[in-house]
Amino acid sequence: MIRTLFKRWRRDYALSSLILLFLLVGWEMVVRMEWIPSFILPPPTSIGKALIDDRKLLWGQHLPATLLEVLAGFSLSVVLGSLLGIGMHMSRRLEKAMYPFIITSQTIPLIALSPVFIFWFGYSLAGKVAVVFLTAFFPIVVGSFDGLRKGADGYSELLLTMGASRWQLLKKIQIPMALPSFFSGLKLSIVYSVIGATIGEWLGGSKGLGYFSRRMAGNLQSDDMFAAVFLLSAMGLVLFIILSLIEKILLRKRGSSRYDSYPK
Amino acid sequence: MHLMQTRISGPFISFGNGWVLFVLKEVRIIKMISLQALSYSVGTGHQTSVFSDLSLSISQGEFVCIVGPSGCGKSTLFKIIAGLLEPSKGEVMLKAQASSTHTRLGNIAYMPQQDLLLPWRTVIDNCLLPWEVNQVRSKAEAITGIREMLEQFGLAGIEQAYPHELSGGMKQRVAFLRTVVTGAELLLLDEPFGALDTLTKREMHKWLIELWKGLNQTVLMITHDLEEALLLSDRIYLMSSHSATTPLQEFKVDLPRPRHHTMNYQPRFLELREDLEQKIHDTHSF
Repeated sequence: MIRTLFKRWRRDYALSSLILLFLLVGWEMVVRMEWIPSFILPPPTSIGKALIDDRKLLWGQHLPATLLEVLAGFSLSVVLGSLLGIGMHMSRRLEKAMYPFIITSQTIPLIALSPVFIFWFGYSLAGKVAVVFLTAFFPIVVGSFDGLRKGADGYSELLLTMGASRWQLLKKIQIPMALPSFFSGLKLSIVYSVIGATIGEWLGGSKGLGYFSRRMAGNLQSDDMFAAVFLLSAMGLVLFIILSLIEKILLRKRGSSRYDSYPK
Repeated sequence: MHLMQTRISGPFISFGNGWVLFVLKEVRIIKMISLQALSYSVGTGHQTSVFSDLSLSISQGEFVCIVGPSGCGKSTLFKIIAGLLEPSKGEVMLKAQASSTHTRLGNIAYMPQQDLLLPWRTVIDNCLLPWEVNQVRSKAEAITGIREMLEQFGLAGIEQAYPHELSGGMKQRVAFLRTVVTGAELLLLDEPFGALDTLTKREMHKWLIELWKGLNQTVLMITHDLEEALLLSDRIYLMSSHSATTPLQEFKVDLPRPRHHTMNYQPRFLELREDLEQKIHDTHSF
């Protein structure tokens, strides 16, 4: 069992792990040989050391703060985004009214708008959640709306001939059919959420990994800065993996290979 | 509800020919469905006619096939009968009463070309779908009914399987079962065996002929397979493309019932087949 797992791991990840290892060793060497000063590019070992030395600050204080912002903003986006997606699917008028705004909202450069958000909602949690919401909302609306719209006319017609109401169609066919597309939106959105939270913290405040990395960069403590960046991307990755697992569990019953070949 | 009928009608048929004839005679008085001068056109100004002035009628308990070239509007006709589409002109009478799409939806069972089994539901959960929508009896009753039918359909033992685990023929049987358990008296089958290979199809014919003796439902079925049409149906309607003057031509299949799947080697069958092909050849300029 463990042997086959290892074999599979080796087949899937051996090459990329090797490249990573080479990069890390090369990186370490470049700094150790003093080709690049360590305050510009700290070696991986000192980043690792910073992760351990400043664990109270990094893991105990700033990571939970950022995680809270990410989760709060993401949850808000999921609830409101899927509600709007369903609403736009059920009402053509709502779709016509809202779709242009949702598209336009995405063309606004987020960084340019964020100071206004901080101005409106303050340096507290609310301001950051608002920025996270702005980044995370769009993929969820589009994911749920597109998924519902694509939701297989053939199946809907079949249910209609059984006498199903619109809500029954939504519940029994369209929502289950939309789940893959919805999850694509969720996975994009959770990664965006981490970025949104970081931007929010850059703009001001006194907590969070984004705030910490910026302060450390100002102090030329680049090992701490890199440690914070490492934690941010690790957070994004872990959240992404969690969502992928939930998706897998929810959709595991549907013979995955035939997954994309539903008749429309 | 129809399960009860099945159980009652079963013995009637097994009593012998006298009883069968008696039952059929009594039942055939009722017109299940009749279409009166039905037209359907598409486009913004309804300028493209799919078919026009189409009339047919089917009595209760009949098995009727519709045969026609691709694109002549057979599937559209089915969608109109099922209540999914509104005809441009004409009337669909259900049991001699004028009906709207609203009254037909939920009262006529429709089996589309693909099996359309929900991939995330087991066989039994797929078959429970009609019950979930109309909930006319208790869930326990519905499940017992479906289990009995699974047995009857030769599907015992797969009720917990997922559609992707089944063969094409099995999926089609499950889809058919789901159509039957809607309880509707009229079944519309749109090329139910069209996607199957010849051997599986023969197997399905044999199966359906056997099964048909016990069911008490009226069937209207689209097919491209003349042999299938002759083997299964009481009458065949030949549907021609919209340019023709007569959109539907009737063809009676006077093969005796109960039928058997090897009947296609009998002289009368071959004769009928030749007639039918001749008729199709006369109506269409290939």
